[in-house]
Amino acid sequence: MLGFTPADYSAILLSVKVATTATLLSLPFAFAVAYVMTYRRFRGMVALDVAVNLPLTLPPVVIGYLLLILLGREGLIGRHVLQPLGIQLIFTWKAAVIATAVVGFPLMVRPMRTAMEAIDERLIHVSRLLGAGWFDTIITVILPVSVRGIIAGSVLMFARGLGEFGATVIVAGNIPGVTQTIPLAIYEYASSPRGDVMALSLCAISIAISVVVLVFHEWLARRMVRRD
Amino acid sequence: MELQVTLQKRFNNFHFDVEFEVQGERIGVFGPSGCGKSTLVGLIAGLSKPDRGKVILDGETLYDGTKNLNIRPEHRRVGMVFQRPSLFPHLSVKGNLTYGLKRCSTANRKIAFDDVVEVLQIKHLMDRGVKYLSGGEKQRVAIGRAVLGNPRLLLLDEPLSALDDSLKFNIVPFLKDVCRTFTIPYLFISHSLLEMQIMTDQVLNLSDGRVLEKTTAEALVRARMGESMAGYMNLLRLTSPQPVDGIYAYNWGDQQLLIASGDTQPEGLFELLSTDIILFKSHPEAISARNLLQCRVIRTFEARHRIGVDLDCGGDGHLVAEVSKQAVEELGIREGSEVYAAVKATAFRKLV
Repeated sequence: MLGFTPADYSAILLSVKVATTATLLSLPFAFAVAYVMTYRRFRGMVALDVAVNLPLTLPPVVIGYLLLILLGREGLIGRHVLQPLGIQLIFTWKAAVIATAVVGFPLMVRPMRTAMEAIDERLIHVSRLLGAGWFDTIITVILPVSVRGIIAGSVLMFARGLGEFGATVIVAGNIPGVTQTIPLAIYEYASSPRGDVMALSLCAISIAISVVVLVFHEWLARRMVRRD
Repeated sequence: MELQVTLQKRFNNFHFDVEFEVQGERIGVFGPSGCGKSTLVGLIAGLSKPDRGKVILDGETLYDGTKNLNIRPEHRRVGMVFQRPSLFPHLSVKGNLTYGLKRCSTANRKIAFDDVVEVLQIKHLMDRGVKYLSGGEKQRVAIGRAVLGNPRLLLLDEPLSALDDSLKFNIVPFLKDVCRTFTIPYLFISHSLLEMQIMTDQVLNLSDGRVLEKTTAEALVRARMGESMAGYMNLLRLTSPQPVDGIYAYNWGDQQLLIASGDTQPEGLFELLSTDIILFKSHPEAISARNLLQCRVIRTFEARHRIGVDLDCGGDGHLVAEVSKQAVEELGIREGSEVYAAVKATAFRKLV
């Protein structure tokens, strides 16, 4: 499109990259959490439920700030885990990935859990009695039967990730070309004089990506209905 | 197959406490719904955990509460067919059938895929998705899937209950054939006495979480005769039907029975209720009922206010009729006496 600076292009790419990475990174964890919450009965289940869903109700800025405290140079994880390993997260695109993953996590878990709860328990019993251990059953029965929930959860998190602002701006900052995603770039254009056109152009890009994602999801869902 | 079970499990307002020992291939577990039949099956399969007890199958301990031994369901080699087929929706028919086969160690693989497919007549369904099968086809695939897991015991948890009557008795021959062909012993769970009569040799009679008695379907049907209006169910296996004036003449031992509900299949299983048999002391000259059999009374038995009459109808033919106490006196029915049994052609119900 006309008039995009290299920083704008990298913001667009970075948005997609961050949302994609966060989604892929969260998938196994979200699946595991959904599985545990559906099939295991244990003490502290309510606590886990609250912890997983907390980002849904907390302001993203709060999450960002907590992550900053946790992962920063003086933070618990930052000082004892990241620094000895020589990993610098804060103010890099990786921090944006983590912020996006945390904020979108409950959105990913929920449809997975709904899908798993809908699985007929007898399918699991049958698979066990046919000689499949619990892990085998997860991979060959629970995963494929709940695949729609997994896709729905992934799409939700990806879409939410594209719009992540509050947590990202705190842990990753707003560095053009490095950590600036589409929402951050729009914010910057919108708050600068004569930035309206650029802000609107980025809005258009944002809408386009969202439409593509939703159409893709719809297409995938229809394809699965047909396959069934 | 030899199965020893002592199991206890307490639910909120239900106390399950059974103890029995059975030997045989065709064992029934009979009882009304809510009596603990499915609980028993789940505990034997290892799908739920008892509070205490012991399960020993063919000398191998599957569960022992005192030794903290609880073999996982995937290692018990116990197959299961539920009321509903519960096929894996994401797999084809073939994928469903081979699921257990693939996970069965080669040492235990005794049943060949092609043989099961042939007995169950499901070859033409092989590449279909399971959603495109009829109810009966689905249940046949479910039976095949369980059998191909090469179980040493098959738990049939009301496998016919969800099917309508005509379909139910279509599945029966498949179920019997497959278990006989591959010599798989089974526990057949049901609340239907008719199914018990067809499918089992011995029956565990369950009530309210306890085993009341170890008996046979025959004994249960006789005992129930006095309580139920339906009476005793005679099951007749008849052969070689010939069409005669719009109905069918079937061979029964060395005599013929005329039956309205017949068809051209070479063999059929028919139900005839004891209440549909009328007894005469001497030969009635003219009678509208199409079947008149000369019989000898083997014995009589009492069931509440009714009297059951065991009849030897010549050849291997054997029927149970049911009469009131007054009728017994009026007809002079006693052991060895001769009577005529009249049955209408429409009284027979074709099951298979």
